[in-house]
Amino acid sequence: MNKKWNWLTGGLLLGLIFLLAAWIVKPIGVSTQFVILNGIVWNLFDADLIENDQEAKHKHTSTNVYLNKSGGKYAKSVENPINYGFLFVLSMFLGSIISNVLLKNKVTKDERIRPKVWTEKFGQSISKRYIFAFIGGFLVLFGARLAGGCTSGHMMSGMMQTSLSGYLFALGVFAIAIPFAILVFKNSQKK
Amino acid sequence: MTIFLAILLGTVFGFILDRVGASNPQKIINMLRLKDFHLMKVLLFAIGFSSLILFILLSLGVVDTEHIKIKSAYTGVLIGGLIFGLGFAVSGYCPGTGVVAAGAGRKDALFFLLGGIVGALLFTFIFEFVESTFLFDKILGGKVTLANTNIEKYPTIFENIPAVVVAGIISVALIVIAFFLPKKSN
Repeated sequence: MNKKWNWLTGGLLLGLIFLLAAWIVKPIGVSTQFVILNGIVWNLFDADLIENDQEAKHKHTSTNVYLNKSGGKYAKSVENPINYGFLFVLSMFLGSIISNVLLKNKVTKDERIRPKVWTEKFGQSISKRYIFAFIGGFLVLFGARLAGGCTSGHMMSGMMQTSLSGYLFALGVFAIAIPFAILVFKNSQKK
Repeated sequence: MTIFLAILLGTVFGFILDRVGASNPQKIINMLRLKDFHLMKVLLFAIGFSSLILFILLSLGVVDTEHIKIKSAYTGVLIGGLIFGLGFAVSGYCPGTGVVAAGAGRKDALFFLLGGIVGALLFTFIFEFVESTFLFDKILGGKVTLANTNIEKYPTIFENIPAVVVAGIISVALIVIAFFLPKKSN
């Protein structure tokens, strides 16, 4: 188990984990947990942020409208950080670390800073890559929250369930990401 | 039990994402540039395969319908997707693969995650003001599926065709594309 997989093995196993998660717990999603993490930190400094409320569907309310939505669903997770969704995403770090410890071809020092395709186009500057990675992350999570899900929740889990919103999200993402990537990384070498 | 499952499934998911190469922004960016279709083949096969099996299991009554969660379609899904696409193309990361890439020791992924935390925070603050705008207007019927889940709150486009047939046709199409896409292109 020290090699990358071919696409068929990879696709089979990736499909299986999405299926298995939906079967025994619920469909996989990631981007919500960025909100939960923010909420957990915020809750440390603001004692009024979350309150118990037996009337609410999830028994919690929040002064923040977003955390309060769907009957206090996010508020509940913020108040109880040891919950399924949050631990699931934290555990993904662990899975990645295990994979990399077992892997013989480690990620090179240079690749840990920026991918080759970036260097070929934008040069060696480390800060430039970090700034654009930050901006990229900002847009990705803002977009995902507006859309109500990300690649995992909308695209994979959504399309697996033949959900129209999943196809709609995928359409939006690729309609911009493909021409934009071609444009931004134009004249960069193929590999 | 759910805590144990969270750790088990999350670890396996992170492991798999890393092994298929999804945590490598080089692979993501070159997929979007239509140069390297490895990840596209992985994704198409994974969606097709899981969808087919899910609807077979549903038709057999093996999967608890409580576990089916259909997200609503509204204008913001498309617009959010467009904004997401910009950041996805520049960084080569999405939320899940960003987490996995950070675990693989990639430092740019840490900046991606930091940006993501700020982006999610901004949305948490402005939701109150955008929730009443056109962005949250339902479109295409809201929580709609193509294949019938037989769950009352989720309407279906192809109501009179057995779900396994609908999901089967979509799945076969996705899997066939996965097989025929070249690994690389010039």
